[in-house]
Amino acid sequence: MKVLVAVKRVIDYNVKVRVKSDNTDVDLTNIKMAMNPFCEIAVEEAVRLKEKGVATEVVVVSIGPKASQEQIRTALALGADRGIHIETEEQVQSLAAAKLLKAVVEKEQPQLIILGKQSIDTDNNQTGQMLAALCGYGQGTFASEVVVEGDKVNVTREIDGGLATVSLNLPAVVTTDLRLNEPRYASLPNIMKAKKKPLDIISPADLGVDIAPRLSTVKVEAPAQRQAGVKVGSVAELVDKLKNEAKVI
Amino acid sequence: MSVLVIADHDNSVLKPATLNVVAAAQQIGGDIEILVAGEGCGAVAEAAAKVAGVSKVLVADNAVYGHALAENLSLLVAELGKNYSHVLTSAGTTGKDFMPRVAALLDVAQVSDIIKVESADTFVRPIYAGNAIATVKSSDSVKVITVRPTGFDAVAAEGGSASVEAVASAHDAGVSSFVKEELAKSDRPELTSAGIVISGGRGMQNGDNFEMLYKVADKLGAAVGASRAAVDAGFVPNDMQVGQTGKIVAPQLYIAVGISGAIQHLAGMSDSKVIVAINKDEEAPIFQVADYGLVADLFDAVPELENSL
Repeated sequence: MKVLVAVKRVIDYNVKVRVKSDNTDVDLTNIKMAMNPFCEIAVEEAVRLKEKGVATEVVVVSIGPKASQEQIRTALALGADRGIHIETEEQVQSLAAAKLLKAVVEKEQPQLIILGKQSIDTDNNQTGQMLAALCGYGQGTFASEVVVEGDKVNVTREIDGGLATVSLNLPAVVTTDLRLNEPRYASLPNIMKAKKKPLDIISPADLGVDIAPRLSTVKVEAPAQRQAGVKVGSVAELVDKLKNEAKVI
Repeated sequence: MSVLVIADHDNSVLKPATLNVVAAAQQIGGDIEILVAGEGCGAVAEAAAKVAGVSKVLVADNAVYGHALAENLSLLVAELGKNYSHVLTSAGTTGKDFMPRVAALLDVAQVSDIIKVESADTFVRPIYAGNAIATVKSSDSVKVITVRPTGFDAVAAEGGSASVEAVASAHDAGVSSFVKEELAKSDRPELTSAGIVISGGRGMQNGDNFEMLYKVADKLGAAVGASRAAVDAGFVPNDMQVGQTGKIVAPQLYIAVGISGAIQHLAGMSDSKVIVAINKDEEAPIFQVADYGLVADLFDAVPELENSL
């Protein structure tokens, strides 16, 4: 079966972001960018399904500026077969992303679509669910285990109280949690080979999707800074401060 | 204006997070109604009817909603929700699962994880793991919103007298089914609503050493959390993870033991009222947010802490 994986270019997870002085957004100029960590897990899962003989082809898609092709190439180096880049310089919100991905799903007809559960920039946790809704597919969100059995997929999900398992008819949408797998590193030969793998570039207009944002950002601010605290010398002093100064125990 | 709040529950108990969501609904204004969808959830509906400030409780009691499968639940919420100006639920894993489906079915954007209501169409939410706070305005006809419970003070669970009305429609999308659930059992308070949380990180070295934290927690009536490092290392189950991708907590007191304080962990606890850090590394980033820091070996300090309580 064919597996479609969506990946997003985001700020590297180790970078501490700074808010622009005019409070319009965070400052991303000259900032290290990378593949969203949850998307890496999605790519890894798709490649493992291929290695198990479950998947026959892994197609990776990314929506974003030209530079997003770096992340598509990374996915190709990790084992995906070909890429689709939906190129736009506009900011694409979750609903628009889901609509673009739905258009790709209609064209490619994958049996399984894997996305990360959230991107670490907008922290929305929406796109996979929205895509599943638009396609009328079942969804296995926050997956920590994915088992394809015939025309169904069993997904173990991380929920607030523990784990829950659902069975979904294929085609289905799965979103990855951190514990689904440990993504591999791309080797240099694979990075070189990935440069030759096919990459289609299309525009949102080609897919007939209106990507106009539904939410407008009024402002972006830095969070309130916590007051610097004090170091205590002993456990006794700590307990005393918690009891008599902070009055929390 | 009218607000529909989707209750968070397990078919027998109304989860406290629902009270925080009703508080957010009150700040938006207008009539507040609660939808309880589940199977055999009569007791939850009764509890919801007593919540202060609620005018009506809708109950969809049907086997198709028994396990809160997003495919079925979202069809129900989208059907009912289009008649309201706002649809709200808590940003727990259930809400995060079904709510974006509702938004897509209604062809509207979702505003995730709000921590503040500015006005009926403008909301505040953290982005970039809480390192930036965005104020966003929605122009959609129905505002579909998930609420971060720690951002709002809970309304009273008693005092209301809402009418209870049954909802007949039973949506079965027919694409998914529930297989099984493995819930972690604990007598300690629930992590997200506990007044005191004590968390362990990689410095705990193994799962057995968490016993030290459990002992302190039991003396303080606290919940026990963990950093991603501790979960990934298999010390404790993943539902104990506090952080950007785990649970968001904002207790009165948060005690971080053997946790360095990575950006992703701070995203889950930096709104705590008082933060205590116990770490032997004086340079650990956790000390930059801790109100009280103790540079010490946790294997000495934690048992001593237990004895002094």
